[in-house]
This record gives sequence, structure tokens and C-alpha cells, in this order.
Amino acid sequence: MTTSHSLAAEGLTLGYGDRVVVESLDLAVPPGEITVIVGANACGKSTLLRSLSRLLTPREGRVVLDGKQVHRMPAKELARTLGLLPQSPVAPEGITVLDLVGRGRHPHQRLFSRWNGRDDAAVAAALEATRTTELADRAVDELSGGQRQRVWIAMALAQQTDLLLLDEPTTFLDASHQIEVLDLLTDLNRGRGTTIVMVLHDLNLAARYADHLIALAGGRLHAAGSPAEVLTEECVRAVFGLDSRIIEDPLTGRPLMLPIGRHHIRAGAPEPSR
Amino acid sequence: MSAPTVTQDAVESVVRAVARGRRRRSLRRRLIITTLAVLVVAAFAVTLMAGQRFYPPGDVLRVILGEQVPGASFTVGRLRLPRAVLAVVAGFSFGLAGVTFQTMLRNPLASPDIIGISSGASAAAAIAIVSLSLGGTQVSVLAIVSALAVALLVYTLAFKDGVVGTRLILIGIGIAAILDSVTSYVLSRAGEWDLQEAMRWLTGSLNGTTWEQVLPALVALVVLTPVLLVRAGDLSALQLGDDTASALGVRVERTRVVVIVAAVGLIAFATAAAGPIAFVAFLSGPIAARILGAGGSLLVPSGLVGALLVLVADFAGQYAFGTRYPVGVVTGVLGAPYLVYLIVRTHRAGGSL
Repeated sequence: MTTSHSLAAEGLTLGYGDRVVVESLDLAVPPGEITVIVGANACGKSTLLRSLSRLLTPREGRVVLDGKQVHRMPAKELARTLGLLPQSPVAPEGITVLDLVGRGRHPHQRLFSRWNGRDDAAVAAALEATRTTELADRAVDELSGGQRQRVWIAMALAQQTDLLLLDEPTTFLDASHQIEVLDLLTDLNRGRGTTIVMVLHDLNLAARYADHLIALAGGRLHAAGSPAEVLTEECVRAVFGLDSRIIEDPLTGRPLMLPIGRHHIRAGAPEPSR
Repeated sequence: MSAPTVTQDAVESVVRAVARGRRRRSLRRRLIITTLAVLVVAAFAVTLMAGQRFYPPGDVLRVILGEQVPGASFTVGRLRLPRAVLAVVAGFSFGLAGVTFQTMLRNPLASPDIIGISSGASAAAAIAIVSLSLGGTQVSVLAIVSALAVALLVYTLAFKDGVVGTRLILIGIGIAAILDSVTSYVLSRAGEWDLQEAMRWLTGSLNGTTWEQVLPALVALVVLTPVLLVRAGDLSALQLGDDTASALGVRVERTRVVVIVAAVGLIAFATAAAGPIAFVAFLSGPIAARILGAGGSLLVPSGLVGALLVLVADFAGQYAFGTRYPVGVVTGVLGAPYLVYLIVRTHRAGGSL
């Protein structure tokens, strides 16, 4: 089991150019848990994630990891504690799975240091955990979307960080592959105690897999807590501008959001509680 | 769903397989690099020995060791040796700098001879020599300043919320066209300028190479190569995208600045000595990638391919045809079809260069 790290944002204001995307936001990531960030398009989810992993320097406020400001930490030191899988990473043409996963070892390698047994072990463990061992010698471009995403996660795992941030890891995947990726991340969290923070689009998947759910609206924190606390009809209306019913998921007991559109609603269905 | 239970044995066999794959790959890589190095040495030796007159290896060796050998001392020592050394130095510089840009910008078209950096060095050198009658160090200094300025200009013009490869390449091609016409204009004003010298600044040439030309390029190569090799790992990480690279602990902006300055330096010094030998920077990286496969760093292999290309093309240009062609004409003939092929292929693949 790994030691727990504390990651928090304090009074964070973020933006690009003249545009302010996130405004004076405070949040704490519970160590050893899965935190999922949800929100409407362009509400600053990805921007927040980029800033938590130091890709974006805050206008104001700071991101603190174990009491240290991440934007002041040595790059490689940070990269050994905190990993990030961006939304659309680029694989060089023709690179094999083994080589790509091996690149995750970069923060652990010193100048001119030889590849050593620890690197091999980390790569092997990452391949096994993501069940991509069989793909090791295949070219990444030949793989299906689901396989490719597992390979990218394997690369992030080879980095052996106790904190892993993922920006929409299930985008472009079909239903079964989405579940596969989220199950894999849950295995990681339960098995190794890796703290996971991810942005997800699908509210119901977010509610199912999150230990801690964060809802952003217009660059501000709308609600944070357990899925049952956060995912309410009021919250869905405020965050997404959508009327909905929240019921209990019969499989998991967690909240399940049923959207109320303008069509196909059965006559006599109860009105949304206002 | 239960977490997959992995037995200790299974993990260890995977570790062994990973280690085996890694060793196999690194062995193959060393084998290829050694072969390329041997080929460069062999081509170097052949260019020293063969020509209008053949000198046996013994004579060549004695000349290199500083002995006076009638005939050979002049032909080999004064004519062939500096020429062959410059071929290796310029070829290696172009190959190394070219693949650095291609790797960093994740695009084979982003080579310094396509995006105007070589053209900048070339135009500056032509102006320095023809219009300002400067020589030696001053030419090199002007070439490197101008190449850096062009790199900065292209980068600035292409900058809008970060640099997109395609935009940078298109702007670079435009700047290159402007600078090439500057070079042509300067040369056309040179009056009785001899054709050989003109060709040097248009396509690159090794004709009449002297040690004074070789030395600055050699020093630049010796100083700047380690700077790039130290960054090889960071460059490989940059291939995965800026975000992934910084997540892996690479200081993206700092790496980019160091690498650009070093690569532009290599290009400028080599260009000041040999002219913008057409397409060597552009071709070497993709050829090395084809031989080596994706994965490892291409810096050294690409440099070796560049050296080999220039040596062989220069030798062929001198002796394979009825007339003597400057080396740049030969590499140009090789490179142009490849450029067309690349553009056609990327166009088919869906426009994202």
C-alpha cells in the first residue's frame, strides 16, 4: 500500500488569454479515493485538471501537493508522484506498445543512466495490470480504441505515481470499453491505493465509480461530496440546465440520473419536483 | 467484479519477457548504429583514395599522418581530405539538426531546410560574402544570427495559443521562398561571380573546400552535439505531445528553446561552410527511422545517415556523371521526389500534415 498524498487547490483562478475559466476555486482531493469531476461543456473541468498537474500556471491561488506548491516543484520530482493522462495524447507513428509504455519511465531515469531491472519490472507490472501484455510487440496505431486507451493507462502506470489524473479517459470508447477502463482504474485504486482524479462526461458512470464527486458550474465549485450528496435533481438543473429524476440504481444503490427531455415521457409520469 | 489476481510467477515471466525484448532491441540498435558508422568510415576512406587518380591506402594514411608523399600530399591532403571531412561534418550536422526539429515538431516536413532556417543562413552568408566582402568567422557569425532570427520569426508568426505544426510549416515554407529569392538576387548582382561559388549558396557544394571553412563547422558540431544528446530523452517524451511530456517531468518550453538554439547553430555553421546542401536535413531522419523503426532516439543514427548521404552524393556528383555536379544537386534529385511523396501521403491521410 502506498503512502497517501494530499492534493489541494487554494483560491485557484485559471484562464487562457483574456478569458477567465475557473475563478477562486478551493478543493481538496481525498487521498486514496477516486475523485470524479463533472460539469457542463466548457465549465473548466479540463482546465482545472491541467492546473492540478502543473500544465497550466494559475493566475491566482495555488495547487498544493503535500504542503508544497506544485508549480515550484522540480519537474521530475513531481512526475514521480503525480501522473497525468491528457485527453488526446499522441503516439509516434509505428511505435510499439512496449516502447510506449517504457516512456512512462522517463521521470525515473537520470542522464545517461541505463535501463535497469526496476524499469523492466515497472513496465511488466503496468502491462499486466492493464492486460496489454499480449499486445506488447504490436504497433500502437494498429490497436482498437479500447486497447489503445489501456496502453496509455499502462504508460501512466509505468510512471508509478501515487496520484493519477485522467482527462476523460472514456471518451470515444463504446459502453463495454468504458466499463473496462473504469473497472481497471478502480482495481488500481483498491489494489494499490492510487489516488485517482478524473474528468468524466457521463454523470451516471461518474456517480457509480466516484468515491468523491465534484460538480463544477461556470468555473466555480457547485458541490462536492459523496455521489449521493452531490447528484441531486437540483444539482443537475444548476450544473447542466437539465430537468431530471434521480432514482436509486438497483444494481449499486448509488444515484442514477434520468434526464427529462421534451419527448417520449409517458403520460402520467410524475412531474419533476421543483 | 473481483480484481484480477496475478500470480507472482506470471509477473516474473512478463518481467523476463520485457527485459528480453528490451535487450534484443538495444542489441539491434547498436548493430545498426555500428554498421552505419562503419559505412561512413568506409565511404570516407574511398573518397580519399579514389578519384581522377587512385592512391593506395598506405599513401593516404601517410598523408594524414603528416608525411610528404609526392602527388598525394596535394591531391589527398589539400583537396580530398578537407572536402571529405566537411562532407562528414556538414552531413552529420544537417542529419542531427533535421531529426531534432522533426521529432520536436512531430512532423517530417518540419525540417530546417523546409521551414526556412537553412535559407536564412544561406541568404546571410551570400550577402556577407558577395555584397559585404566578408570572410571566415564573420560569415559564420552572420549565418548563425540570421538562422536564429529566422527561427524566431517563423516561431513568432506561427504562434497563436501555442504553436501548431502545420501552421509553422506553411509559414516556414513561405519564409524560405522569400529568403531563397534574396539569395538569388544577391548572386545575380555578383556579376562575374563564378558559378561554383553561386551553386554553393543555392544548393550547397563542397567544391574547393579549405580547412578554414571546415574548422568552425567542426567546432560547432563537437560543442553542440552533446547538448542535443543530453536532451534525447526529453525529445522522445515531447513526441507524445506537450501535455504528456510535461506530465512525464519534461520542462517543455525550456527544452524547446535549448534544442532549437543548438539545432539552429548546427545548421548555420554547416551552411556557412558548405551551403544548404539540399534535403539532407529533411531526408536523414526519415531514412534513419525506416532502418531503425520507431521507439529509440534517432539523433545519432540520423546524423550518421546524413554524413553518409553527403559523402556518397558528393562522390557520385564528382565522378558518376560526365559533368561534375555540386553535391546539393545530387541530394536535391534524391530529396524532391520524397518531399512530393510525403505531401501526397499526408494529404491522403486527412490533411493533418
